[in-house]
Amino acid sequence: MLKIGVPSKGRLMEQTFEWFNTRGVQMRQTGAEREYAGTVEGIPGVVLVLLSAGEIPRELAAGRIHLGVTGSDLVRDKLSDWASSVTELTPLGFGHADLILAVPAAWIDVETLDDLDATAAAFRATHGFRLRIATKYHRLVREYLTRHGVADYQLVDSQGATEGTVKNLTAEAIADITSTGETLRANHLKPLQGVIHASQATLYLSRRANFDTVARTGLTDLAGLVGLDLPAG
Amino acid sequence: MTPRATGEHILAAFQAAGAVTIDTDILQPAEILLDLYGEDIRARAYTTQDPTRGEMMLRPDFTVPVVQSHMSGGADPARYCYLGEVFRKQDHAENRPSEYLQAGFELFAREAPEQADAEVFSLFSRILAPLNLRPVTGDIGILMAAVRGLSTTPARKAALLRHIWRPKRFRTLLDRFSGRAPAKPVLLAQPSSAPLIGLRSQTEIAHRIKALAEDAATPPLKAPEAAMLYDLLSLQAPAEAALAHLRGIEPLLPAIATAVDRFATRLKALATHGIDTKTLAFEASHGRTSLEYYDGFVFSFHGPETLPPVASGGRYDALTAVLGAGTSIPAVGGVIRPALVAQLEAKPC
Repeated sequence: MLKIGVPSKGRLMEQTFEWFNTRGVQMRQTGAEREYAGTVEGIPGVVLVLLSAGEIPRELAAGRIHLGVTGSDLVRDKLSDWASSVTELTPLGFGHADLILAVPAAWIDVETLDDLDATAAAFRATHGFRLRIATKYHRLVREYLTRHGVADYQLVDSQGATEGTVKNLTAEAIADITSTGETLRANHLKPLQGVIHASQATLYLSRRANFDTVARTGLTDLAGLVGLDLPAG
Repeated sequence: MTPRATGEHILAAFQAAGAVTIDTDILQPAEILLDLYGEDIRARAYTTQDPTRGEMMLRPDFTVPVVQSHMSGGADPARYCYLGEVFRKQDHAENRPSEYLQAGFELFAREAPEQADAEVFSLFSRILAPLNLRPVTGDIGILMAAVRGLSTTPARKAALLRHIWRPKRFRTLLDRFSGRAPAKPVLLAQPSSAPLIGLRSQTEIAHRIKALAEDAATPPLKAPEAAMLYDLLSLQAPAEAALAHLRGIEPLLPAIATAVDRFATRLKALATHGIDTKTLAFEASHGRTSLEYYDGFVFSFHGPETLPPVASGGRYDALTAVLGAGTSIPAVGGVIRPALVAQLEAKPC
């Protein structure tokens, strides 16, 4: 069997179904609206698994699903050395969101990473602790700041309402997903120049899943229908 | 031999050199390590939560707990050795162990730091001699002295010194300060109508704006000075030749004289320990990586390219000041990875 993991709710699920449906693979939710069950029609041996988008990277890396649709930000943040666990088959053209750093809009002296680095140094000297950046994207943010040689900061975990942390004095800056910037402005924040990661919904192939004959045939058929190039092997 | 048995042999050699064996906890408070190393350590160390002691880390290295133990009432001078596991997350699936033994030796001494450097290096060299490894040495103190001696503003020197362990960032700053890269555009946003939120105050913002204006008005580094620094960054030569080279540029960069004198004294001390300083590799940029804290002599011993360094160490005077809350003591030390020694003994390179 070929298992495809798809986000279990909301716009992301609907748009994923739409993407496959317009390419001749009929995908839909079955049972009651709130029941996490679905089917794929037209290709034998393909099973739809509805999962939280945040868990799809882990399921792909564990090889419990063969294919999965989720945000590229989640794959890169949740999996270490992600490219060794999954292959990016195709971006799906929806679910766009940029992971960015943001600081108080009143910081007129801070526009770039350079400014952030210098500000972090001065902040640490003044306040006796490292400048705090609230985020849930720890790996992506840390790798980005390390790559750009930013020092004297610390990440603090924020799993939601991250834009509120600066006002609540639990962070000096944030790193979060934004699409329109509306929430940032409402919370008196502004984005720094540069995007940590431009995310979108993406179809991934697990490199750890076991492909039996049925799964392999299902994958080839699916790829043929939706017009995907599969990696060799 | 098993890594543990190899480690015991190395430990015995350290003890024979006068070191007292020291034990440290595997669970270390995260706060002090985070404060020293920053977020990078969180990517490398295993963290866990203790119900009463807060965030803890599985010992990522011995240096910090050994220094802490010494600072809370050790003899002076003192030699310590240890053998135990360290834990480092490996982000890439390249078969590097995330748990391995380290055998280490640390020497705390106020007098004759170059003699101490030479003592540690020659001890490691003797222990590792059967493996025919390639030693590489360096001296971050020379680079720091060169930066301190630049004829530019204290702010620019501080910025360079702060990034001395981040070679790429250091290079970017140096390129900018020397006029090789465009100056940082002063990109002040329009006065903001947004209310100021968070801990950073209006005064701090004003200070930074003033600093930016001062930096914009600072002339670039003088060309010969900048050229000297670029030259220094890329200096790689056998130690004696490197010393001659440094003596050559000393008249143009007099601030490095004391550091170069120390380098010369160290080479003499190494020679009396039987180290061939004519062939010993020296790289002025050696040891400049983000998780380190060395600020003087640095060294490492290398086997095949595919393996991490078998041993590494250096001088970390500044670290003892940070951990000593007002007191400090010059210190030099290093670690050997017994598993790599055992592997190379079984199959010499």
